[in-house]
Amino acid sequence: MQWEAVIGLEIHAQLATRSKIFSGAPTAYGAAPNTQACAVDLGLPGVLPVLNAEVVRMAAKFGLATHSTVAPRSVFARKNYFYPDLPKGYQISQFELPVVHGGYLDIDLEDGGSKRIGITRAHLEEDAGKSLHEDFHGETGIDLNRAGTPLLEIVSEPDMRSAAEAVAYMKKIHALVRYLEICDGNMQEGSFRCDANVSVRPLGQAEFGTRAEIKNINSFRFVERAINYEIERQIDRLEGGGEIVQETRLYDADKNETRPMRSKEEANDYRYFPDPDLLPLEIDAAFIEQVAASLPELPDARRDRFGAEYGLSRYDAGVLTASRELADFFEQTVQAAGGEGKLAANWVMGELAGQLNKEGRDITASPVGAQQLGGLLRRISDGTISGKIAKQVFEAMWAGEGDADTVIAAKGLEQITDSGAIEQAVREVLAANPTQVEQYQGGQEKLLGYFVGQVMKATQGKANPGEVNKILKRLLAK
Amino acid sequence: MFQKTISELAAGLRGNEYSSEELTRCFLERIERFDGQLNCLITLSAEQALSEAREADRRLRAGDAGPLTGIPYLHKDIFCTQGVRTSCGSRMLDNFIAPYDATVSEKLKAAGAVMLGKTNMDEFAMGSSNETSFYGPVKNPWDTQRVPGGSSGGSAAAVAARLAPLATGTDTGGSIRQPAALCGITGIKPTYGRVSRYGMIAFASSLDQGGAFAASAADAAALLQAMSGFDPRDSTSLERPLEDYSAELERDLAGLTIGLPKEYFGDGLDAGVAAAVAAAVEEYRRLGAEIRDISLPNAALSVPAYYVVAPAECSSNLSRMDGVRFGYRCENPRDLEDLYVRSRGEGFGAEVKRRILVGTYALSAGYYDAYYLKAQQVRRLIRDDFTRAFSEVDVILSPTAPAPAFRLGEKAGDPVSMYLSDIYTIAVNLAGLPALSIPAGFVDGLPVGLQLIGNYFAEGRLLNVAHRYQQVTDWHRRLPAGFAD
Repeated sequence: MQWEAVIGLEIHAQLATRSKIFSGAPTAYGAAPNTQACAVDLGLPGVLPVLNAEVVRMAAKFGLATHSTVAPRSVFARKNYFYPDLPKGYQISQFELPVVHGGYLDIDLEDGGSKRIGITRAHLEEDAGKSLHEDFHGETGIDLNRAGTPLLEIVSEPDMRSAAEAVAYMKKIHALVRYLEICDGNMQEGSFRCDANVSVRPLGQAEFGTRAEIKNINSFRFVERAINYEIERQIDRLEGGGEIVQETRLYDADKNETRPMRSKEEANDYRYFPDPDLLPLEIDAAFIEQVAASLPELPDARRDRFGAEYGLSRYDAGVLTASRELADFFEQTVQAAGGEGKLAANWVMGELAGQLNKEGRDITASPVGAQQLGGLLRRISDGTISGKIAKQVFEAMWAGEGDADTVIAAKGLEQITDSGAIEQAVREVLAANPTQVEQYQGGQEKLLGYFVGQVMKATQGKANPGEVNKILKRLLAK
Repeated sequence: MFQKTISELAAGLRGNEYSSEELTRCFLERIERFDGQLNCLITLSAEQALSEAREADRRLRAGDAGPLTGIPYLHKDIFCTQGVRTSCGSRMLDNFIAPYDATVSEKLKAAGAVMLGKTNMDEFAMGSSNETSFYGPVKNPWDTQRVPGGSSGGSAAAVAARLAPLATGTDTGGSIRQPAALCGITGIKPTYGRVSRYGMIAFASSLDQGGAFAASAADAAALLQAMSGFDPRDSTSLERPLEDYSAELERDLAGLTIGLPKEYFGDGLDAGVAAAVAAAVEEYRRLGAEIRDISLPNAALSVPAYYVVAPAECSSNLSRMDGVRFGYRCENPRDLEDLYVRSRGEGFGAEVKRRILVGTYALSAGYYDAYYLKAQQVRRLIRDDFTRAFSEVDVILSPTAPAPAFRLGEKAGDPVSMYLSDIYTIAVNLAGLPALSIPAGFVDGLPVGLQLIGNYFAEGRLLNVAHRYQQVTDWHRRLPAGFAD
């Protein structure tokens, strides 16, 4: 039987505010345990939550950027359950009336097409603390630094049909929240993580199958693997005559498998009800307008502009706008190079991306900055060096030997454009290769490349290739 | 000295007739002398009080004194006080010392008021008799075999016996007005949001409101003034200017219309209480008020609605008492579940557990719509009743409680009968309105309370209406025998 997977994602994006969602305590990551939790975060008796206005602005930004409705009135609700790292015995979240609902995002597919993924809702909530099970000799330590950190939970429609689509969607959301500067997207630190709802059904069947929820996956790679594993598991089970149980599962990256969480952990009736400590959140049109005016250029718009403005293919423009940092880097490079979008695109996606990849670095940690790379490209376009020499210069720049001009001067790599000097070199090459000259003149014009190579070798690559070509053709024509 | 009004005490302090330290010692001595009989205090903070009094004396000498500077008061043990235990009447918080002051504590400190100690109360403010306190019941000074009412029973009994001229309270369903009535003093619960709830341990967040006890309306006005005001730390706090309650006190009552809701004078009302209230109504007529019969048709729904909303909110509010970070923890827990079950099982008393169970049930999947949602709808009906009434009258008058103080233990085994002692006070909390109780006579030597309910933000008007009555009556000046010297 042919099976079809149905996937929906719930993404938790930690909002990049300085202070917590309901208290003034700082949100910085990595501090000593329990040093960033105030009385409100600790849930001491009598304390009250006060909503951080910045989180509302951030949620509204996300809503506007995903064509969603930013609700004029939304309500904070309490989700009640006991756990030691949940100080109040309830989490303040949004339940029936979320701040954002009913939007979408278009993702690019591998076949070059695109697909619209619905965004059901996005709601604000507070994060819990952390339970630390190591180093406490059979006991559990509680760190409440993270308690009260603002989260935006983004819930998609079950619109994805493969792990690849799910990853494309997740990457798109990841890029978007970073463009919007509402989340740092750091997946190692847990600032961006997701739960995946996965089910399968016979191809062509309208009803959904029974779904399993895979909790807390914190990398794109794991999302892809976890979903693929889960799809296969469900198909195997169904084909073996079994049934799928609706349950919550955990992905174990070491074993590359999902397995059910203990049923105790999910047998919760959360007893949601509106939090009487917080008034309904009311957002007026003026606030929305103000947020709309503050929105940066969004990834899709930027991709289209790159295509039109720099003559890039949709694919290249898509790669360059996949992250705000990369797109910014590219545009700064173009500017520093004095135009030359295509050249810059080739370098950023080629040489630079290759080096970054090799060393596992992020664009923001590139040893060659946009200004420097632009400076190098300028020397290519003004004919100071050839593209080939440029790679040599780039390597030196990468190794920290200075900017392009410094490296070119220090290594004497400036291109020979003096046609007298080039002609001299050409004559020497021709004189040394009488057989090839004869063959060329006998009609084997492919040999031109051989002569160019020899001349470049003789000039250590510094001869202007165009000039070499021209002179070679002239001299060989005789 | 202990019988003086707040303005007399303030004048005496300013006129150097006595110091705040002397005044404070006077009340500390009364506490020492009488509290053994009454059990009004959970924590006495004598040394801190004397040091605050000396600081107040410095302010008085420096001419930097407000109306409450140097005046002693007792603080309900539900308000967090930095450095002084805040037990909320529960074993659960018997060891809890808050690292912060409630906004009310902070405001009273800033006003220079001198805190003598923390008063006894029903556990987590859940009760109408003060019998649910972990620290034992408070006795009514008018008859120590009887309850003082609750939950702010310690505060009410203490003011009645003049262990302090002022005391704070909180009122979720009548917890200021009912004990004020049963103890023969004045108690006011302002509009929801007028007094900050920050640092006031939550029972039912949408109903809880801090307020004031004193012998008279004029004195209560002074305390309420100092407690009130917008607080950015409480999202439900009212962001509107605070009026001057004392300035309105003398306003004439001619032209005032008073409504008598027929539903508050029906079956179950003690005949003696009814007679005392009727006499007060006549007094108001003489003062120039026009009396009208009105109806609050949904009044009978208020107790059932309240006993869904309040337990639902408390079941969630009290979840933080889990034995993990503060408060009572059972000995040698086997595992996490054992820690929760025994810490909460041993830390909470029976009434608190009953309400947590009721509230948990009401919020459970499948019951939410039938209980919590329905109760919220009823709440709207009750509010609408009042809105209609206030389009016809300025103030609503009723008995505060259906009967005078009952005997200790009389209702302890019958929660429903206990809950019905708040039948006239609960609707006010569901609607968020201000209301007060003033003494209006006696039945068999026990005080009767008269309730005045005002429209939103009408605290000033209510205190004025109460004050004019107290100018022509002396119920509020009477002291229980045995505490009068």
